[in-house]
Amino acid sequence: MTTSTPDIIDLLAGIKPGSSLDRIRTQRPETREQAQKSYLALFEPDNFGDVSLVERQAIASFIAGLHRQPDIFEFYVSPLEESEANRWLVEVIKAEIGAAQAVGPYGQYPAGPLSVEEASGPIYQVSNAGREALGAKLAAALEHAHLLVFHLRDASPKALQALIDAGWTTDGIVTLSQLVSFVAFQIRVIAGLGLLAASNRRAAA
Amino acid sequence: MTDHIITPTIENRPVEFTQAEIGWTPWLEPLAEDDLTQAHLVGLVEASRAKSPYFRLLVRDPAVLEARTKTDKDIFYNTRTGLPRAERELAATAASRSNGCIFCASVHSRFASHHSKRGDDVQKLLDEGVDADLGERWNAIVAASVALTATPPAFGDDHIERLSAAGLDELEIADVIHGAAFFNWANRLMLSLGEPTPAVQ
Repeated sequence: MTTSTPDIIDLLAGIKPGSSLDRIRTQRPETREQAQKSYLALFEPDNFGDVSLVERQAIASFIAGLHRQPDIFEFYVSPLEESEANRWLVEVIKAEIGAAQAVGPYGQYPAGPLSVEEASGPIYQVSNAGREALGAKLAAALEHAHLLVFHLRDASPKALQALIDAGWTTDGIVTLSQLVSFVAFQIRVIAGLGLLAASNRRAAA
Repeated sequence: MTDHIITPTIENRPVEFTQAEIGWTPWLEPLAEDDLTQAHLVGLVEASRAKSPYFRLLVRDPAVLEARTKTDKDIFYNTRTGLPRAERELAATAASRSNGCIFCASVHSRFASHHSKRGDDVQKLLDEGVDADLGERWNAIVAASVALTATPPAFGDDHIERLSAAGLDELEIADVIHGAAFFNWANRLMLSLGEPTPAVQ
C-alpha cells in the first residue's frame, strides 16, 4: 500500500482542508481513516487474490456509471484510460453502462404481506459484443453488480452459481461483493457530504 | 475444495419486517472456525465474531472486513458528539426498509427501539414503510436516508434544509448521511450472500 493516496472521499466530495466539512470529518477521525482503509484494501491490497486490479477498476467504473456520478466514474476509469493495454475496456464499459441504466431499489419479496410492495425493473444482461470483449468472468461480474446496485432484494443462490459458472471462486465472490457494496457506500458518502459542503459554502457566502 | 453454493431449506422463512431476533444463513461456505489464522482473527476485529457464519464468510477477505467493521463501529457507536445513537439506528433501519433487507432491518430496528424508547414508532416504520408518519424530526431523517438509498441517489438540498429545520446541525446531518450510506454497504452483503431464518422459539 502506498501512503501517498489522497483521501478519496475528501477528494471527490470537494472537501478542502480547513473548510467546515473538513472540521466535521475531523470529529470522526476513525470513520475517515477506516473508509479510506476500506478503499485501499480493495484497490491497493497487498495481494489481489482472485480479482485483478483491472477487474476491480472496471467493476467500480461500471457501478459509478450506474449511479450517474460522472466524477466518481472518471476517478475509477482514469487508470484504465491511461493504460495502453486496458484503454479498450473504457468504451466497452461505457456502452454497458448506457444499456444498464435503471432507477432502484426495486425487486421482489418472499410471498406474503410484502408482495404488494414488489416493484419490477430491468434484469440486465451484458450485450453479446460486451460479453465477447470482456470474457465470461468480467461479464458475469457486471451482471451481478447491476443486481446488487439496483435490485439487491432479488439476490439468490442462483446468482452466485452464475458467478461460479463463469470462473469466480468463493474468495473472489466475497471480494466482489465487498467491492460493489463498498462503492455503493462511498458514492453515497461523497454525494451526501458533497451537497452538505456546497450548502455550507452558500450559507457562508 | 471446489467452490459451490449452499441452497438452504428454510421452514417458516421470515416474510415481513420484524423486530424479532431472526437469524441468517449463508449461501457460500464460511471458513471453518478451526481454520482461522491470526490474519483472519485480526480481520474479525472481535474474537466473538468467529462464531458468526456471516463474518466467517466475509473474513475470506480479512483486510476489507477489518476496515469495514471499524468503519461500522465508529459510525454507530461513536456518540460522544453528534446524532444520538437511536437516530443513527433509525437511518440504518430506513435504508434497510427501503432496500428490503428484512434481516438488517430486524437488528437495527431493535437498536432504534431500545435507544429511543419509541418501539411503536419504529414498528410503524417497519409495518407501513418509509412514508409512515413518525413526527417531523424522524420523518426528516427517514426521508433523507431513503433518498440517499435510491440509485441514483435522490438526496438533495431540500433534504438538508428539512433536517436543519428539524434541529439537526451539520455534524448530525453528516451522521445521518453516514448511517444511511453504511447500510447501503451492509444491506448488499446481507441480501446477496445469504438469507434470513426464523427466530428461535
